[in-house]
Amino acid sequence: MKLRNTSAAVAAVALLALTATACGGGSDSGSNGDKITVGIKFDQPGLGLKTPDGKYVGFDVDVARYVAKELGYAEDKINFKQAPSAERENLIKNGDVKFIVASYSINDKRKKEVDFAGPYFLAHQDLLVRADDTSITKVEDLNSKKLCSVTGSTSAQNVRDKLAPKADLQQLGGYSECLTGLQNKRVDALTTDDSILAGYASQKEHQGKFKLAGLRMSDENYGIGLKKGDDELRGKINKALEKMVSDGTWEKLVKEHFGPSGYKYESAPKVQG
Amino acid sequence: MFDFLDSGQYDLLGAFWVTAQLALYSAIGSLIWGTALAAMRVSPVPLMRSFGTAYVNFVRNTPLTVVIVACSLVLDQTLGVTLGGSDFKEIGFRLAILGLVAYTGTFVCEALRSGINTVPPGQAEAARALGLSFFQVLTLVVLPQAFRAAVTPLANVLIALTKNTTVAAAISAAEAAFLMKEMIENEAQALFTVFAIFAFGFIVLTLPTGLALGWAAKRLAVKR
Repeated sequence: MKLRNTSAAVAAVALLALTATACGGGSDSGSNGDKITVGIKFDQPGLGLKTPDGKYVGFDVDVARYVAKELGYAEDKINFKQAPSAERENLIKNGDVKFIVASYSINDKRKKEVDFAGPYFLAHQDLLVRADDTSITKVEDLNSKKLCSVTGSTSAQNVRDKLAPKADLQQLGGYSECLTGLQNKRVDALTTDDSILAGYASQKEHQGKFKLAGLRMSDENYGIGLKKGDDELRGKINKALEKMVSDGTWEKLVKEHFGPSGYKYESAPKVQG
Repeated sequence: MFDFLDSGQYDLLGAFWVTAQLALYSAIGSLIWGTALAAMRVSPVPLMRSFGTAYVNFVRNTPLTVVIVACSLVLDQTLGVTLGGSDFKEIGFRLAILGLVAYTGTFVCEALRSGINTVPPGQAEAARALGLSFFQVLTLVVLPQAFRAAVTPLANVLIALTKNTTVAAAISAAEAAFLMKEMIENEAQALFTVFAIFAFGFIVLTLPTGLALGWAAKRLAVKR
């Protein structure tokens, strides 16, 4: 009798565990009943940042919130999931997220894998320099300079292969590490998309120390990535983005997140139907 | 599936060559530094013993990423130590070797100490009785036997070191993991293929090392 009780208890626990994991697995899928999962960056100030107390802030985050709201999901129904650059295509393809708003530049290679709504923002590759540095005014100046970017990033490859092959390019694990060198005059500029740079320059601890050079060395159209062939969702997101621009929310958000750096952002790009 | 490799955009062999160089130079450096540390840890001088113990326990328990990134952030970017490198690639390469030697030396030291323990204490005592100094006892009697007994653990350390070189990508050394990051950035659609290529590359580097040193361990072991 004793034994039977024990085995019944074990069976009950096992059953509970199974149902519990089943629930856990279910809530992770792109959209499940009344919740939606959205991919954002967790580590880019100004665009998508997870703060130490677990909140999400940034331009991309607010765009994601606005779009989700237009799709019928209130703010507390959004699950944010980290979408590092290398994993974005797979997250979408596996259905882990419904859509991704994470400084995701539209290009032909990516279009073969996923569909894009938008663009909702036009960024350019640019330089962040010390506020008192006026020695860089054109791309050609870079060949004699020391630059820093993130290991393997598109911006780093652009500099090395096209923009300034002679420049001494340092590639580190993250932009924050580059900032140390920039502050200590070990490098002359940090290069990547101006939206990201503006985010760093707007951070409280960096305000006034750095400025954008404003060189516009490439065009990066940020789009919202979603599953290939999901035209219905794409249409809805595009409509939401158009509304966001026309009702003034876009302007307000850009000012809020990029304003303090003095970043001369482009006006809202036209959504590609 | 592998078509992006044909574009000529990626120098796979070159990147693995840098990895091999990193591993080789670091291996030589850490063998020397590790031997010195082991000598300190068995030496009769208390100060050296405690330095050896403190160093090994401190560095061995620090994550390698922290050691390597500190080499760049503290030594290069803040103190301006460049080790004679002229551009960031070279500086990164040299600083990475410095970091890897500092870190791997501790493991070499401990592997060697285990080798020293296989030498019967009677031999060292006999050598002392013959009038040999500590240095002579170590270099003529104990270490030659200790090295022969420690080949297998040292091979483990070497394999771990080869794979640890990937951390150097974080400070501009253009080795395999550095190229992998570039390829992932450009070819995100072939993420798993890229991983497989690099995993295979490292197997090609480490498997023969393991086999050769396993064979050597058998040949060299002191038969007692």
